[in-house]
Amino acid sequence: MGWAQRMKRALFTRGGVHPEPRKVSSIMKIFPGPNPEQVIIPLSQHIGAPCEPVVEIGDEVLVGQKIGDSAEYVSAPVHSSVSGEVTGIKKYPHPGGHDMLAIQITSDHLDRPSPDLQPVAEPLELAPGEIRVRVREGGIVGMGGAGFPTHVKLDTPADKSIEVMIVNGAECEPYLTGDYRVMLENSEQVLMGAKIAQRALGADRIVVGVEHVFPDVIRVMREAGGPFGIEVVSLPCRYPQGAEKSLIKSIAGREVPTGGLPRDVGASVSNVQTCYAVYDLFYNGRPLTDRVLTVAGDGIAGTANLRVKIGTTVSDVIDYCGGMVGEPGKVILGGPMMGVAQYTTGVPVIKTTSGIIVLRADTMLVEEPGHFTCIRCGRCVKRCPMNLMPYQMASYADIGDWDALERFDLEECMECGCCAYICPTKNPLVQLIKVGKDGLARRRRKMDSLVGTGDGRG
Amino acid sequence: MEPAEGRAREKKVPREVSGQAPLLHMGVSPHIRAADTTTRIMGWVIIAVLPLTVYGVYIGGFKAFLVIAMSVIGAVATEAIIQRIRHIPVTISDLSALLTGLLLGLTLPPRLPWWIALMGGVAAIALGKQVFGGLGHNIFNPALVGRAVIFVSYPAYMTTSYLVRGQAFVVNTPTIRALNSVTTATPLFVAGQVRDHQLAVNTARYIGPYLWGNPWGCIGEVSAILILLGLGILLYQGLVDWRIPVCMAGTVVLLSWALGMNPILAAVSGGLLFGACFMATDYVTNPMTAWGKVVFSVGCGLVTVVLRFYSNLPEGVMFAILLMNGFTPMIDRYMKPRPFGHKSVVSQA
Ligand code: SF4
Ligand code: SF4
Repeated sequence: MGWAQRMKRALFTRGGVHPEPRKVSSIMKIFPGPNPEQVIIPLSQHIGAPCEPVVEIGDEVLVGQKIGDSAEYVSAPVHSSVSGEVTGIKKYPHPGGHDMLAIQITSDHLDRPSPDLQPVAEPLELAPGEIRVRVREGGIVGMGGAGFPTHVKLDTPADKSIEVMIVNGAECEPYLTGDYRVMLENSEQVLMGAKIAQRALGADRIVVGVEHVFPDVIRVMREAGGPFGIEVVSLPCRYPQGAEKSLIKSIAGREVPTGGLPRDVGASVSNVQTCYAVYDLFYNGRPLTDRVLTVAGDGIAGTANLRVKIGTTVSDVIDYCGGMVGEPGKVILGGPMMGVAQYTTGVPVIKTTSGIIVLRADTMLVEEPGHFTCIRCGRCVKRCPMNLMPYQMASYADIGDWDALERFDLEECMECGCCAYICPTKNPLVQLIKVGKDGLARRRRKMDSLVGTGDGRG
Repeated sequence: MEPAEGRAREKKVPREVSGQAPLLHMGVSPHIRAADTTTRIMGWVIIAVLPLTVYGVYIGGFKAFLVIAMSVIGAVATEAIIQRIRHIPVTISDLSALLTGLLLGLTLPPRLPWWIALMGGVAAIALGKQVFGGLGHNIFNPALVGRAVIFVSYPAYMTTSYLVRGQAFVVNTPTIRALNSVTTATPLFVAGQVRDHQLAVNTARYIGPYLWGNPWGCIGEVSAILILLGLGILLYQGLVDWRIPVCMAGTVVLLSWALGMNPILAAVSGGLLFGACFMATDYVTNPMTAWGKVVFSVGCGLVTVVLRFYSNLPEGVMFAILLMNGFTPMIDRYMKPRPFGHKSVVSQA
């Protein structure tokens, strides 16, 4: 980085941080992942109602066969990623931190495909409703972050219209390069998937956003998108560029209102791999049973971009990459800014797992328990992408002053962690803000129940 | 650093529990942190004022060195002693007390008796910082509190300990000789005379010495060029917000111009540049938000001009900043940025 650019950054950056990219895996081709003996497929891999199992222990299943579903609208079915026998339906460790109901399938290593879903000859001729039904059947959810069911997202209410569909190619977390590789190697497929999603949405145009530090991706995507009239925008490189609201602001120049959804400003955002999954479903008849993720970090022997079967345990992936090196420190699913550190490598890869980051104990960050010390440098305020006052929210949460917290817009915080990342005194800002959110939610629930029961005891 | 590392070691848990899977660390995201620490920030500010310090000592001689050394010793020792007495960890290794002492020393006249500088250092930390509860809790800039204390205690020393009698070779310029013919020793008093046209000299002739080798200022006011170099370092490292020096100096320059003073002289004379670059930018005592900083620094500039033109105080910058420090909590409370996606068009930069 030249000194002029650095000066510009130092003077004018507002909102967002610039962690070291550490994207060594960006030059590595996507490799097939391991062929595990067993997979553990959680029944909840998305936002919304968890699925109920539709198979029983001892059942024979095929690749792509539906094994869990729900009657709820905001939910997405799960499919087997291997062929073999169901050997367990119970609670298993889940990347979210709690044990969750999951289906264990022992693989026969034959990968016999299920005939349930078939390719569609002309997907772009389908009615939008038909597309949504199929997307739901394919178990497709947002693969960039929270895992919101895609068919719900593609369902534009009658009173709204979507002007722009944004394909999110801003992979702003350090280490992660899966989306980048998919765009590079499967650019046409991603755009074909995006076209199908666009049809369901009724969006006028498609814009792909890619960080400017990946000129090769921008070039490849422009070549692939040109004939379709798809625009590719080069975005400034900063975290959290890929966050939905930041992306819409960067590309469409619109701010999603507080408590609102992207569709309120005529925009919709889909992750690159979600688009690829849509393509795979319509053109190959394959539901969402695998995904590309990055394995990286100083605590693992091999760095790679792998197409991993959903349900493969993290320990299988780590062994496949040569195992851990050094004293194991943290195993993080997702990126280092927002990912969740796991207590066991027995957790499975799910639809939203964008990376497995293994850090060594001697080099990783160990949080110091200590007092909240603020030198009032103002960095957290300046860097918060939501323009909040992190130091104030965190210090009130620290002392448990809920009345004071009510004055702030805590629910606006997207928990991106920029504030804690940048704080020179290493205050656990976002961590305290999460505590504050929980505290406020608990308090409100208690208030509601007080009002509801009228006995004054909650 | 020692206690922090000690704590980190204690936290390590045995990793291999009788052949079972390795124990993994939990911890909430983010799992990485920026490299900046308090110590590093303070260190960079010290580096930023270092050229100024060296040149100031070169011009001011051993006495100037003694002034700086004593205020630093006073500040650091006071911090350590008070923290001992309060039974809290001694944090002099974060360099913040050292920086306070250094900044205080730079705002003192070079020929000040050393014991006054020492008292200033003690007062800066004791009354300016530790009474409020230590780093981050003080309302007023500690270095300026120290300076204000000795300013009101020893006004005679504070106004007569400059180099006007031509101690160093650089001051042997026509400008200085002209000044030496004036009986007063107070630099801004001269500036006042100039402004009031009582002194028939071309004011533009003062600007040169102010830029490089100012003899009638405090140690840190020795060169406007080196102050701006320091500011450049601070901006490049992303340590200060450009709004504060720009708005404060800009306000003073424009108003002085309107009131009939040579605007460049208004900018480079007295403690304005030093105060705007190194004192008003102190993290703890200026507002957090961009617009808050603008209000704060324009306020500093306004008060400076009022004091310079309409009071008999020779130097307004110090009191201007201290006064605006007092408003900082209020500015912070009422000038919040507009949260992303909110409709109301409250201040936002
Ligand atoms: S307050 Fe929330 S949104 Fe703002 S920087 Fe911190 S984590 Fe991100
Ligand atoms: S970044 Fe840390 S030290 Fe700076 S204002 Fe925020 S909480 Fe305080």
